[in-house]
Amino acid sequence: MSTAVALESVSMVYGHGRNALLALDQISLTVRTGELVCLVGASGCGKSTLLSLIAGLDRPSGGTVWVDGAGTPGLMFQDPALFPWLSVAGNVELPLKLGRVPQDVRRQRCTELLATVHLSEFARKRPHELSGGMRQRVALARTLALHTPVLLMDEPFGALDAMTRDRLHDELERIWTERGLTIVFVTHNVREAVRLADRVVLLSSRPGRVIWEQVVDLPRPRRIDSPAAAILAAGITDRLRAAVACHDD
Amino acid sequence: MTTDCAPVPLDGTDPGPAGPNVLRTAAGRGISTRGARVWSSVWPKLLAIGSFLAFWQVVVWAEWRPDYILPGPGPVLRQLGHDLTTWELWWAIGTTMRRGLVGFALAAAIGLVVGLAVARNRVLRSAIGSMITGLQTMPSIAWFPLAILLFQITESAILFVIVLGAAPSIANGVIAGVDHVPPLLLRAGRNLGARGIALYRHVIWPAALPWIAAGLKQGWAFAWRSLMAGELLVIIADRPSIGVRLQLSRELVQATNMIATLIVILMIGVLVDVGFTAIDRRLRARRGVLDQTTR
Repeated sequence: MSTAVALESVSMVYGHGRNALLALDQISLTVRTGELVCLVGASGCGKSTLLSLIAGLDRPSGGTVWVDGAGTPGLMFQDPALFPWLSVAGNVELPLKLGRVPQDVRRQRCTELLATVHLSEFARKRPHELSGGMRQRVALARTLALHTPVLLMDEPFGALDAMTRDRLHDELERIWTERGLTIVFVTHNVREAVRLADRVVLLSSRPGRVIWEQVVDLPRPRRIDSPAAAILAAGITDRLRAAVACHDD
Repeated sequence: MTTDCAPVPLDGTDPGPAGPNVLRTAAGRGISTRGARVWSSVWPKLLAIGSFLAFWQVVVWAEWRPDYILPGPGPVLRQLGHDLTTWELWWAIGTTMRRGLVGFALAAAIGLVVGLAVARNRVLRSAIGSMITGLQTMPSIAWFPLAILLFQITESAILFVIVLGAAPSIANGVIAGVDHVPPLLLRAGRNLGARGIALYRHVIWPAALPWIAAGLKQGWAFAWRSLMAGELLVIIADRPSIGVRLQLSRELVQATNMIATLIVILMIGVLVDVGFTAIDRRLRARRGVLDQTTR
């Protein structure tokens, strides 16, 4: 099994001197190619910081970040972060345009990507005309347009209602399998992590440290409300509670 | 799929096309609300104009000033109607508008370049950032003695003052726009491969455009005031302009002509404002930051 992402005792400090805040403390993590890893932790544990480091938007204060392949991994946020002045198609085409892909190829790939996320009829709409779930799917198509093997997702479905989220879990799983992607998925929702992940990694908060790992070997396709998933999630939640309690003392 | 993929117009807030039936009802509703919308924005204006004319007439009837100095609305509007049929007025408007547009274009070019430079460069910002705001507070008429020394009684003197008056507002608009680009959009843009110039072209510029448009609108207001002041002070022989008409009617004590000219100035200001407002509306509607119900 080859490695897609490797973090080697990565630390991140914000600020200087007395105000310095240690956000990440010596995190080591390896993600295999084609693996879907969920990072779970309470808010403020530096999950988003970790993704920014892997995406190359920030540099670590210590340690090394290694990502397989050329180009930076695609990054998705809780907010779709669509460009409101562009149509749906314009948003999806932008990374291709920035990558100097010729116009006819761009059109064709945009059409394919919108079909992948079931938004073919909405190409000419503006982001504000879409529902929250549809916007997040446009963001997914836009990130997929980067055509990178690694996808980083920062609580992408955190602001959506449960029904929409369930469907997007199915779609993400399908796209992940079809394209052989490697996904690092951050969430504070343990059930969501168990629904999606090959492996769940628990982070403590302030500073963020890896405290525990759990391989999820439930057969796919999974349901978020299956009894097996619920039992597994309960176990992970207990671990997380214990960690938070320790921290509070 | 049901909740998520339902076409947006069905929820009743957006009159976009979803199918023939929906389109028909949506269009019908659009027209009726547009008529009501026009009327609801027109009647307060008509009422205001009417009350103003009545007040003016009352002052004239009260004989506060002799009527050759303060004529009533009747003679003034008749004079205006007559002036509008003469080529002199249109020539004057042409001269004035040409000066205004040339000066405004120069100011826009300078304001955009300076604004972008200050917005992206920290040293430049601390050096001249506050000076731009300071320049904005400078009454434009105070520049004219210097302008006349530098350029004598020429159009260049007027253009110089227009640029000094308008460029700071435009530069400030650009700076505010760049400062207000949501950081998340910058991160998304960088992650999608926009670096350096591309980040400016594809993310920062379009995100800042509403602020830049507001800066241009304010810049035009300053340019227009500077231009009127300039045309009163810098009078070039054989070149009729709106300012010259004002000055001449004062010298000849033709109050009717003077007030007619003032109304022309006011109308040009209103028309330009309507144009800028339309641009602003379009920008906001495209981005979904215009409330459909109050449009």
